[in-house]
Order: sequence, then structure tokens, then C-alpha cells
Amino acid sequence: MSGSGAESINRSRGVDWALKGYILLAYLFVFAPIAASFVFSFNSDRFPSIPLGSFSLEWYEAVAADPLVWQGLRNTLVVGVVVGVISTLLGFGAAYTDYRYKFAGKQVYLALALLPPTIPVIILGLAMLAYLSRINLSGNALSVIIAHVVVCAPFAMAIIRLRLSQMDPALEPAAWNLGASEWKTMRHVIVPFTKPAILGALFITMAVSFDEFAVAWFVSGLNETLPVKVLGFLQGQVSPRINAIGTFVFVLSMTLVILAQLLLSGKGANDRAPADDKE
Amino acid sequence: MQRDTLVSFEGVVKRFGSFVAVQKMDFEIRKGEFLAIMGSSGCGKTTTLRMLAGLEAPSEGVIRLSGKPINDLPTWSRDTPMVWQSLALFPFLNVRENVEFALKMRGIGKVERRRRAEQWLDRMQITEFADRNIAQLSGGQRQRVALARSLVVEPEILLLDEPLSALDAALKVRMQSVLKTLQRETGITFVYVTHSQSEAFSMADRVVIMSRGVIEQIGTPQEIYRAPRTRFVADFLGSSNLFSGRVRPGAAGGVELETPAGALKLGGDGVMPADGTTATVTVLDTKTHLSVTPPARSVNVVPVRVVGEEFVGATATVYLETPQGQEIRVQKGHDELADLPLGIGQDLFAWWEPKDGHLVAEA
Repeated sequence: MSGSGAESINRSRGVDWALKGYILLAYLFVFAPIAASFVFSFNSDRFPSIPLGSFSLEWYEAVAADPLVWQGLRNTLVVGVVVGVISTLLGFGAAYTDYRYKFAGKQVYLALALLPPTIPVIILGLAMLAYLSRINLSGNALSVIIAHVVVCAPFAMAIIRLRLSQMDPALEPAAWNLGASEWKTMRHVIVPFTKPAILGALFITMAVSFDEFAVAWFVSGLNETLPVKVLGFLQGQVSPRINAIGTFVFVLSMTLVILAQLLLSGKGANDRAPADDKE
Repeated sequence: MQRDTLVSFEGVVKRFGSFVAVQKMDFEIRKGEFLAIMGSSGCGKTTTLRMLAGLEAPSEGVIRLSGKPINDLPTWSRDTPMVWQSLALFPFLNVRENVEFALKMRGIGKVERRRRAEQWLDRMQITEFADRNIAQLSGGQRQRVALARSLVVEPEILLLDEPLSALDAALKVRMQSVLKTLQRETGITFVYVTHSQSEAFSMADRVVIMSRGVIEQIGTPQEIYRAPRTRFVADFLGSSNLFSGRVRPGAAGGVELETPAGALKLGGDGVMPADGTTATVTVLDTKTHLSVTPPARSVNVVPVRVVGEEFVGATATVYLETPQGQEIRVQKGHDELADLPLGIGQDLFAWWEPKDGHLVAEA
């Protein structure tokens, strides 16, 4: 009768276990390299090999002692935060425009707004370099910010647009009808309703900017971000310091992504409930 | 304009592109009345309400509130709060904050806001839920929050757009009496849009029936029920049998209607139509009678055959068909029907008093 009941009766145990095993393997495949890097970052040996040497924080100490790493980290963080804020603002504006207005060429508008992440990063990086150097903006933190906003804003737009699509279309006119001007409605209704998505977009765009390498490599010049610095290390020498940096960056990015995920799923489900029994 | 007029629509037209949603509308809403606007979907009833709320601008004509034209007044500058079909409560605010919203937008201070919201929470009997989230409320409780949120500004007029459509039947009837009582106690003018005849007729002082952007009839529920003005209204209400035909002088004086079902004598109210014109007469299904043998009187008797019977609680509806294939319905209490053979295919005679027939305008 009920869907779940029938499923549990008809499901074969063998298939069940096989599917669980498959999921495990898939995760293993995805995360094994990162896990290895994580493990070796705490290993005392110079080269990654098994058996492992003793537990050691020496590579973290070496990284922490390197002023170039600190500079790269500072660049990354400053760029990431600024990019997150600007991208989220732009994304919100684009998403709200799509939600609120009907106009000729809206499909084109949407396609263009969502286009940048589909352009190969090498092409985008080259184009950015050519363009920014033409207007004398290449080779500093500002140029990385500009380039990253181009890459990140579409993500922010997509996330916020999804949230707006869950909003009861009567909510905004209801606020107007209760005496709120359009600006007041923006402040007291649209922004509070979209807040989980706005914060989610902020964290995701920061994470994208932290991890982005190719475009930053082209336009950063001497103000390298951390991923660009890591490549510099690699070209010089293979060092477990890279594992230490990698682990740090991974933990930071994952924290942001998980935060965004919590905001987007938990809060959203809660707000949908009232509209459900409308049908 | 009459002194007790609160709102007047003067030649109001609303077009969406080439589609005319509301055609040349002229009517008045009286101060303190409960007015229902009824019609099927797409008849323009919601558009009419939205124009009054300031959510749509009329393409032509003037809407006046207390005598002043409000065409160019944005909705946030009007005091025309609306209760939405989806209720449109703010999910990120709790019950109290929802109710306070309109006061906050009007720049009323926190203490005063709290006091006035408290009054309406109390009046709508939702004080105990004041600090709950909207998601934690039942349908009926949400309904009360929506009413409190709109009424907290103590407007002269409240607009309601099918607010009860999401509720189950029992709760719907309860909320109808809540609304009716609320309207009577506050004296606030209610304009209630619905497609449901039972909602409109049970609550409203006057009902406006619309079809395809045109007002078909305005009147009290009794007036409309007893004497639908147009064929559309009679069909829409579905509580009358309709007969159309050519008007001719009656054999025994008066006027007759020559219909496929036979000659029908006209009587009752209104001006008799001229000979030779076509006319339609409606007879309520409760005023249509059945008998096994032809009644002694010879006027307004139609031979019919039973097609089916439907149990409707206290009454039953008998479905019949004339030899020409026209459907006729008779609604009676069970004891009145008890003596009649109502098997399918049974031949009977349907008849009614000439005074119970009402002429409708030909549309």
C-alpha cells in the first residue's frame, strides 16, 4: 500500500548491500587523495611513503614560519571576503530582477548572467589578463577581485534565485498592501526571506574564490593568492609543506560549504511548510 | 452619489493586453455592508478586488474611496488591507510580528504597536500562539492571524480574496460565522471574493455576480435566489429550471410562453414581454412539484421521466427529463418524496404555480 512499505518488502538485501558498498567506493575514490594529503601533512618523513614515520607538526611549523605563505593567505582571505560580498550583492540584484520583472529578452539576460562559469578558465584567465592590463589593472589584488567576481557572481545568483522561487508570489504584494513601500518591503520581507540563501551564497562564493587557481594565476602578478603560491612551491621542490597548506585550505573551504549547506537546507524546509496545505 | 457610499466604481475597465478582464463596471459599495463578489474563475472578480486594493491600475474609469479618486494612489498609501487566498503570512516572523507588521510600516512606536497587536490577538483568540512560528499553526489559526494582521490598522474596508478555500468543510463553516460576526461587530465594510455560492449567500448582505468581466446581477441573496435577473445567473446558481420560448397571448387570458415542453402560463412579478418576442422563465427546483397523475389544473404541467435521484442530506434532488430531452430538477424533503414512485424510467408530471415563474433577461 504505502510506498515505503512496499519498498522494504520488495527490496533485496543483496542489492541493498551492493548499493551501500558502491556509495562507499565512490566516496573513497573522491576523498582518498585528500585524505592521503591530510595524513602525510602530519608525517615526519620528507617523502610520502609507507610505512609512515612519526607524527609531526614540523611541516605546519615550516609553513607558519614562511612569510610568503602568510602573505598569500592574507591575499586569499582579503580577496575571498571582498569577492564574496560583491558577488552576493550582484547575484541578489540579478536574481531579484529575474523574480520581479517580466521583460523582452529575459531568457537572453538569464543565459548571459549564468554564462561565466561555463567558459574554460584558461580562456577566461587569458581574456582577463589582456583586458585588465589594457586598462592598467593587472597584477594586483584588485585585478584578482574583479576576475573572481566575474566567476563567482553567477553562483550567488543561482542560489538566491532558487530561494526566491520558493517564495509565495503573494508575499511581496501583501507587504505593499499592508503599507510597506517597495524599499521597505525589500528590507523587511524580501531580504529576511532570502537571508539563508544570501548567507549561503556569501560562503559558497568565498569558497570558490579561495580555491580558484587558473584565473588568479593569470592576473595576480606579484600579489599571489595561496593556490598560486602552492604551484610556485611545487615548481621549486616537492615538499610536505604543500600537504599542510592543502589540508588547511581544504578544511577552510569545507567549513564554508557545510555552513552554506546547513543554511540552505535547514531553514528552507521550515519556511515551506505553511504553503504546503494550500493545495 | 448616496451618503452611505464608501466605494464607487465609475466606468471602470481593465485590460491585460488585448484581453478585457473587466468591462465598463459601475457599482457602489455601501458603508458597513458585507458584499460578496461571486463568479467562476476568470470572470474578473479578483481583478476587481485587486484594483480596489491598488495592486492593479484601471485602464479606464475612476474608483473612489469615500468620494476621493484613488486611481493613482499606490497600494501602500491606501487603507485597503487584503486577506489573500494563500494568506501570504510572513514565514520568517512569528504571529505577533506578523500582526504588528502594518503598524511597524506606518512608523508606529513599539509600545503602541504591541498594545494594538495584543488587542487583535485577543479578539481573534490567538494570544496563546503569539510567539509561535507560522509553520506551527493549523489552517484555522493561520486564518485568524491573517485577519488580525489586516484588521490591526482598523481600516474602513477589508478585502478578502477567497480566504477560506484551503479549509475543510467543517472549518469553513466555522470561519464563515467568525467572519460574519466580526463584520457585524466592527462595522467594517467587507468585500469578499469567492466562487462559492454557499459562502457568498451565507455571509453577504449583498452579492455581485460577475461573468466574463460583466456584472450580471447585484442584490441581496434572497433577491438573487428568488428571481435571477439573467439566464447566466439562473444557470450559475443551478437551483432553477429554465424554459425558453416565444411569447403569445394566453388561451385563458394573460400571457403564455410557447416552449418545446408545451405552453406555459406566465404570472407573478414584472412587466410582461411583448407578443412574439423570446423570453426565458425560471422556476426554483423547490417550487417545482411532481405527481403521478396529471394535476386537476391544466396550466404549467410538463410530462417527465425520472433519470436519477441524489441524496443531499435533509433533501433529495430528483433528476428528470422532458420528452424533448430537457433536464428538470426537483428538490424536496424526503417525506414529500416518500409517496412517489421514483424508479428510473418512471413517467411523472412536473408542474408549478404561474406565480413561481420568473422572467429573466435574454442574454
